[in-house]
Amino acid sequence: MNIDATIEFIAALFMLAGSIMALISALGIIRLPDVFTRSHAGTKSSTLAVLLTLVGAFIYFASNQGFYSVRLLLGIAFVFLTAPVAGHVITRAAYRANVKMADTTVEDELKDVMDQVREEAEKERSETGEVIIEEEKKSDEEHSS
Amino acid sequence: MVQGMLTVALTFYGISICISVFRIIIGPSLPDRIVALDMIGVMLVSSIAIISVMLTTTAFLEVILILAILAFISTIAFSKYIERGVILEYRRDD
Repeated sequence: MNIDATIEFIAALFMLAGSIMALISALGIIRLPDVFTRSHAGTKSSTLAVLLTLVGAFIYFASNQGFYSVRLLLGIAFVFLTAPVAGHVITRAAYRANVKMADTTVEDELKDVMDQVREEAEKERSETGEVIIEEEKKSDEEHSS
Repeated sequence: MVQGMLTVALTFYGISICISVFRIIIGPSLPDRIVALDMIGVMLVSSIAIISVMLTTTAFLEVILILAILAFISTIAFSKYIERGVILEYRRDD
């Protein structure tokens, strides 16, 4: 087994490990109970999967064709930067839209702070005389959850 | 050997995408579906990388970057829609 074949084998091994991580991540996204735990499965492990796969492709092209692809490196950097941001933003939107948590949830530390902030905002609005249409807000929340 | 491993990896990605599609269909809330859509975008990126290795061509590598950017932007737009009900805001916070 010469050196090129060994490096190709290592690259294929990286890709196989990435696909196994993707399978585990898909298992998490179908089995976990609510959207917050599902975003944990869908963000972190699938990021690892795509990183392993792209590193494998980079190694393969570097050894097989002598082609050091800048696009693959850019793709790795971009996925590594944006996947956590996307996961955070979608989880925050889910929390703000009052998506129901799983029944096994033991603690929601943010709830008290959110209630306090909402009360203060309502007090300020009633002082300045701004009219709040509560009914419309509630129907929106029910619609989105 | 290497081709077989790549085929197995591509099959695993296909199974994962099918499971995510199932979650999109049954998902109880809109954020569930968007998490699964984001995952499908990320997995399409890696399956395109595997396909370009199988065909030993570098022509598909632009697709990886553009698909990653599209998946990110669509996730951000969807979450903004869930949070505020609109995607483009014309009213300023004064």
